[in-house]
Amino acid sequence: MASSAGTRSWLEDLAGAPLPSRRHEDWRFTNLEALTTLDPQLIVGVDPLQWVVLPAGVERLSAAAAEPWLGRALAATDCADHWPVCLQGSGRADAAVPLLALKVSGAAAALEIPLEAGSHVGLARFRLLLVLEAGASLELLLRPSSGAANGLSLVSEVILEADAHLKLNNLAIGAPGSALLQHTAVVQAPGSRFEHTAVCAGWSLARQEPRIMQPQGAACTRLRGLQLCRDQQLVDTHSWVRFDGPEGQLDQLHKAVADDQGRSVFNGAVRVPRAAQRTHAAQLSRSLLLSDRARIDTKPELEIVADDVRCAHGATVSRLQADELFYLQSRGIAAADAAQLLQRAFCEEVLRELPGSATAALRSLLVGKGSS
Amino acid sequence: MITADAPILLEIRDLHASVEGQPILKGVNLTIRAGEVHALMGRNGSGKSTLSKVLAGHPGYTVTAGSVLYQGQDLLALEPELRARRGVFLGFQYPIEIPGVSNLEFLRVATNGRRRERGLEELEPFDFDDHVRDRLNVVQMDPAFLERSVNEGFSGGEKKRNEILQMALLEPEVAILDETDSGLDIDALRIVAAGVNQLASPDRATLLITHYQRLLDVITPDHVHVMASGRILRSGGKELALELERLGYDWVDNACAPAEVA
Repeated sequence: MASSAGTRSWLEDLAGAPLPSRRHEDWRFTNLEALTTLDPQLIVGVDPLQWVVLPAGVERLSAAAAEPWLGRALAATDCADHWPVCLQGSGRADAAVPLLALKVSGAAAALEIPLEAGSHVGLARFRLLLVLEAGASLELLLRPSSGAANGLSLVSEVILEADAHLKLNNLAIGAPGSALLQHTAVVQAPGSRFEHTAVCAGWSLARQEPRIMQPQGAACTRLRGLQLCRDQQLVDTHSWVRFDGPEGQLDQLHKAVADDQGRSVFNGAVRVPRAAQRTHAAQLSRSLLLSDRARIDTKPELEIVADDVRCAHGATVSRLQADELFYLQSRGIAAADAAQLLQRAFCEEVLRELPGSATAALRSLLVGKGSS
Repeated sequence: MITADAPILLEIRDLHASVEGQPILKGVNLTIRAGEVHALMGRNGSGKSTLSKVLAGHPGYTVTAGSVLYQGQDLLALEPELRARRGVFLGFQYPIEIPGVSNLEFLRVATNGRRRERGLEELEPFDFDDHVRDRLNVVQMDPAFLERSVNEGFSGGEKKRNEILQMALLEPEVAILDETDSGLDIDALRIVAAGVNQLASPDRATLLITHYQRLLDVITPDHVHVMASGRILRSGGKELALELERLGYDWVDNACAPAEVA
């Protein structure tokens, strides 16, 4: 394991900016230890993204063709200067970061992209650019993963033109000691639909920031999130959705399970300025606290200036329901198994959004361990 | 069916229990033999449901005195799941909805736990599917309910049928049905009662908890008990239920008041 000070300065050099600290409001719950104890070296070698096999309707853009698109979604969602983005080179087509730039026209078949840090030592970085032309549709499964104590930095930029439809599933499974930093910046033209399901488990530190901008409103955003925080894992989701025009829609459900000394952080920002009349936004955060030493910090952050809107939010933190447990026990199901079953049921609402192939691994993770 | 030398399945002796420090059961005595159908009647708050929950092992109730022997063993020493696997079944008055847990999977896991305990082979999903579809006939239930979450969005009648379906799968030695008739229309009541009758056998016993005679019109009890203030105050044959129906519970209060004071 590298010394914290050495890794720190290496990371700051790479990003060209000082690491965020717990004095920053947006990072106050986020312990960066898993990041600052990485081996200070980049994981380089063969670019795995060049081997991704693309279905009909999906075309790879050259670096030159991608250049005019890069940075747009980051700027529109106001995160070009966020530290996890800086770590990739501030929106430039930096040759050092493997880039997969795709353009989608028409109805494309489903696509799956593995983004692996594997068992390497150090930090792996990947960058994605996705442009869906007007009326195009795609279901994309991203699988960020790590099998060792290393780091993975991902920045995705998504541009949805009018009436485009993207179903973006993100299944991020890490390993003890691993750290994930993931930004997903999305710009939605009117009539477009963005459905995002993010499931995160197994990382010592995971920070995910889905950021969505509807510059003219009139688009649909549907977000589903599930965090599984066990042992001493920390999963931090900061979502941000902004409507700069009327009649936009948001339907957001965020769920978290915190067990052992796990820690869940959720901050759900929704911005509805005066221009965004007749916005319809609903955000719900539901967390399951399974241990006295686990911790959940959940915070809706709605800023509503427009007056003709329907915006709802809610947050609940609960334990397993005693009457549900007893009902299962009264049918011969052991207390520990009943708790497992109820935990899986809690997660199912989000897991069922993912394709079956993706969730097999996750379900076994859920079954693997009894709750306290 | 009363057989004098039938083995005793359940023997409740001087059972006292409380919830949150409040005494509810104040000395219940009841002996149930194989093959018998018992009806336990009484007003709301008389302790009927508490008795059923104590027998099933609900953690919210504390037994403060007395004993319960099930097939000669201390029932109260067993965890709720072991009571179920060994053959004590509680049909809930208000079955719990569990969103996200598949009814079919729930039924399979429960059935296999009981089968293991009885030394029977566990059923693979495919075989269980056949088995459960066969049992669905007992309660005339639509197979579509198997695909849903446990009791989620079920009507009152569907929930009660799902309870009897569980009973049909678990094949308990002692079935305690807590107000299974409440909230049922007459057709649903007949279906549920037919299911209970079909599952009756000389090796098993049933304890029906009910307010009303109408369930006992379709399931004939061998013994009827009237409960008040946490005790069984009267026991008799099926005619006791008819008498109760005719005279109302005030009669119990009046008849038993002196005994209460004494």
